[in-house]
Amino acid sequence: MDSESHKSTATKLVYMANQIATFFHTQPKDEAVAGVADHINHFWEPRMREQFFAILEQGGDGFDPLVIEAAKHIRKPGLVSGAS
Amino acid sequence: MSLIEEIDYGTPKSPSEKMITLTIDGNEVTVPEGTSIMRASMEAGIKVPKLCATDMVDAFGSCRLCLIEIEGRNGTPASCTTPAMEGLVVHTQTQRLKNIRKGVMELYISDHPLDCLTCAANGDCELQDMAGAVGLRDVRYGYEGDNHVFAKAHDVANDRWMPKDDSNPYFTYDPAKCIVCSRCVRACEEVQGTFALTIEGRGFSSRVSPGMHENFIDSECVSCGACVQACPTATLTEKSVIEIGQPEHSKVTTCAYCGVGCSFKAEMRGEELVRMVPWKDGKANRGHSCVKGRFAYGYSTHKDRILNPMIREKISDPWREVSWEEAYKHVANEFRRIQYQYGRNSIGGITSSRCTNEETYLVQKLVRAGFGNNNVDTCARVCHSPTGYGLKQTFGTSAGTQDFDSVEHTDVVMIIGANPTDGHPVFASRLKKRLRKGAKLIVVDPRRIDLVRSPHVEAAQHLPLRPGTNVAVVTSMAHVIVTEGLFNEKFIRERCDWDEFQDWAAFVSSPEHSPEAIHQLSGVDPQALREAARLFATGGNGAIYYGLGVTEHSQGSTTVMAIANLAMVTGNIGRKGVGVNPLRGQNNVQGSCDMGSFPHELPGYRHISDESTRDIFDKLWGVKLQDEPGLRIPNMLDAAVDGTFKGIYIQGEDILQSDPDTKHVAAGLAAMECVVVHDLFLNETANYAHVFLPGSTFLEKEGTFTNAERRINRVRKVMSPLNGYADWEVTQNLARAMGLDWNYGHPSEIMDEVALTTPSFAGVSFDLLDREGSVQWPCNEKAPLGTPIMHIDSFARGKGKFIRTEYVATDERTGPRFPLLLTTGRILSQYNVGAQTRRTHNVVWHEEDRLEIHAHDAEQRGIRDGDWVKITSRAGETTLRALITDRVSPGVVYTTFHHPTTQANVITTDFSDWATNCPEYKVTAVQVGASNGPSEWQIEYDEQARQSRRIAPVLDAAE
Repeated sequence: MDSESHKSTATKLVYMANQIATFFHTQPKDEAVAGVADHINHFWEPRMREQFFAILEQGGDGFDPLVIEAAKHIRKPGLVSGAS
Repeated sequence: MSLIEEIDYGTPKSPSEKMITLTIDGNEVTVPEGTSIMRASMEAGIKVPKLCATDMVDAFGSCRLCLIEIEGRNGTPASCTTPAMEGLVVHTQTQRLKNIRKGVMELYISDHPLDCLTCAANGDCELQDMAGAVGLRDVRYGYEGDNHVFAKAHDVANDRWMPKDDSNPYFTYDPAKCIVCSRCVRACEEVQGTFALTIEGRGFSSRVSPGMHENFIDSECVSCGACVQACPTATLTEKSVIEIGQPEHSKVTTCAYCGVGCSFKAEMRGEELVRMVPWKDGKANRGHSCVKGRFAYGYSTHKDRILNPMIREKISDPWREVSWEEAYKHVANEFRRIQYQYGRNSIGGITSSRCTNEETYLVQKLVRAGFGNNNVDTCARVCHSPTGYGLKQTFGTSAGTQDFDSVEHTDVVMIIGANPTDGHPVFASRLKKRLRKGAKLIVVDPRRIDLVRSPHVEAAQHLPLRPGTNVAVVTSMAHVIVTEGLFNEKFIRERCDWDEFQDWAAFVSSPEHSPEAIHQLSGVDPQALREAARLFATGGNGAIYYGLGVTEHSQGSTTVMAIANLAMVTGNIGRKGVGVNPLRGQNNVQGSCDMGSFPHELPGYRHISDESTRDIFDKLWGVKLQDEPGLRIPNMLDAAVDGTFKGIYIQGEDILQSDPDTKHVAAGLAAMECVVVHDLFLNETANYAHVFLPGSTFLEKEGTFTNAERRINRVRKVMSPLNGYADWEVTQNLARAMGLDWNYGHPSEIMDEVALTTPSFAGVSFDLLDREGSVQWPCNEKAPLGTPIMHIDSFARGKGKFIRTEYVATDERTGPRFPLLLTTGRILSQYNVGAQTRRTHNVVWHEEDRLEIHAHDAEQRGIRDGDWVKITSRAGETTLRALITDRVSPGVVYTTFHHPTTQANVITTDFSDWATNCPEYKVTAVQVGASNGPSEWQIEYDEQARQSRRIAPVLDAAE
């Protein structure tokens, strides 16, 4: 149901991750990978990270290479207690 | 309870530190050098009679009542204009003085109506008081002579008489009662800085005149109320006082509008609010106010307020009024059902930046401890979340560095992406006062805001940049400062990480960041940018004030960092007169962030992943907190559309109107199974709600607000909640219905819990606030009375961190289909989504949102001033009326978002700040064209809103 302005959550997540990468691309090299991973670990709720990994497993289409590099430092969400 | 009487010392306080001693009526008095004899007398408790003097404005010496005699000096000088000097011997009451004063009063009264008994100022009139003070018993001149009092004399019209001007909705001007003391004129100049009033004519013909002999409403008057407050008679009087009468008791409380956080005396008669009068001891406002805080409180008793809880099965049903018990039970059952069905993380809450700290704390506690997740967010998401992030990264604290008093010590002010005269008017008045005394001003804004040029204020530089290029411009200023060697090396070496500085300096020095190189994209004249940078670096104490024009961009957080870099590279941190000062939007947006409203942070900005912090709350609350960040508002809406987020408790926020991309917000809300709105009115979000819980106003509860300067101010209850319960009680009852054992008896107990768990609030208590008036956090053992200025000897994070700030163009771009850039903002008389101000007489000034468009763009499209125009973006379209102006540059259009019918956020897109998801309200590519009237969406929306606000009639109970 992507339209010009109403994007799917997956599209948005890719976009957001790339925006973060864009910022860290401009930072000193040694900080960039950790910067992206830390940022996503700090601010993305588990289901967002779950979707992130799902997109990655499907090939990670559209991700900035820095996001893909950072992915190994991004925490995989554990099982959340409660139903579902 | 009694009326709080503030002492009027007659003239302002002298800032001098040198003390001198004189003798007044036999009493030795020691005062700072430069103090007037009038003020020195008052400090000794001696009231010299006066009419034209008041301590909010400079001495004027016109009324000839405050005369004194000084031994060894000739004549009878005015005590207001005569400075106290070492060794003077002053007499305030001698036969000679008595005779003069009585004669002066006799003249005043001979041209003043004698209707004291029916006068609105009866009991609060300085003229009446002075007549009493000087012992006036007789007026030898009679009342028949030349006068301004009577409309007719002997059936002949009196040319000197002028009718009452009641054009302003909040106060009247009755020229017949005016004694031409000029206090109103001086208050307008010196306190407010608008210069709307003047004295026309000379001698006996002198009259107070708004503008060029206009009505108040037609003049430049901004209705701040300073003149009304200054008036010693009934000439300028609040209409509420005329209608109700004089107040009999008052309490000091805090305004619930913008982030300045002005202190007011709520003056009452019983539970009826007679008027709000700014409190001189209020440290944010120092006795000043704006039209909103001073007058626009009528919404608190507006007929639209919903006073009973309501529920409905479907949002297409009419509302059904229910008991509080039923409403709580319904919400608790629904939330538990949803969690059982869709998982623990399928519900969340939004705290209110309009509610108190205590209420906000409870909502986030309900989410974390009751819902068992971290899905809590607040309206700061859409305004200053980049401030929190950017300043935390660079300085270590998510807040501004100064107090508002600091502006009095500033030499160069840089304002970027803020329009203080509209958005933060009382701060703007304090700023203008400083600018009139010689401080220099740099304005970085796409629009020519009022401060660029207004009476007695002119910006040294205005950089009218294209919306979306803040990072390029601020980084380029740093380029100039570094490459021209204007940086403060000593400060940087002592206070910042030198290696990081060098890395950053090399980065900004690169030629691509030069003003000449960025000119093409920013549109800013390179020479002007260079001059601005030089001025900021070399002009003395430099302070940066910024607003949502900085944060609400794809690069909002980056701009905040660029601003922090600029402050550090020039050494403008850690003392009076400098600093980085975010102008916060809502009254308690700082507080709501402090209280742990963000999904990743516990109170005091401690990350949820920090075990030792969680441990404090785990133990106190008897729960096991989740260690993962929760969903932010836009993520909640995405998750709702995806079907994993099904219920929400929204306290005092109207996300449907205030958040971007309205259609997406509506889709998210519509996808939820239980939306609970807790508010004063059936706001736009309530169109999608299943449960409505009536809220209470700031006048109806105890608590605290924290303003933009980190100042924790008391909010005091002056009337019972019309809906029966303060908001904190409603949240507590809801928590109990969900099985939580909460037993707060008073908001002070909630603040005690904040202090117990949060190091930066450790010293805060209602007792301390009642004693000190207010404190700025951090307030703890190290700073028992709070911290007016931060980062004095070292940054909160240790060393200040320079961060590279590369400009990245937003993806929201203009092109053939959408050639113009829309940016949005506020207007003085309205506030945020307008839910409050639209329900007051403030609509007189702004009854609709208008689209500001440059004549060039308007002409190309055949648009005339006042025409209906359609504005279209990639997200949607809406219509409103055009206002042709040269305040915006060609290529840029501007509107406010105060009215729901305008639906400005139908147009704004879902682009957001890379770090915090703060929406990019300030840049939307649009096309504008002629239109016949409302868009289809507006018509549909209106109909849906009307349907969804139906309340089923209550049937009379049979029993």
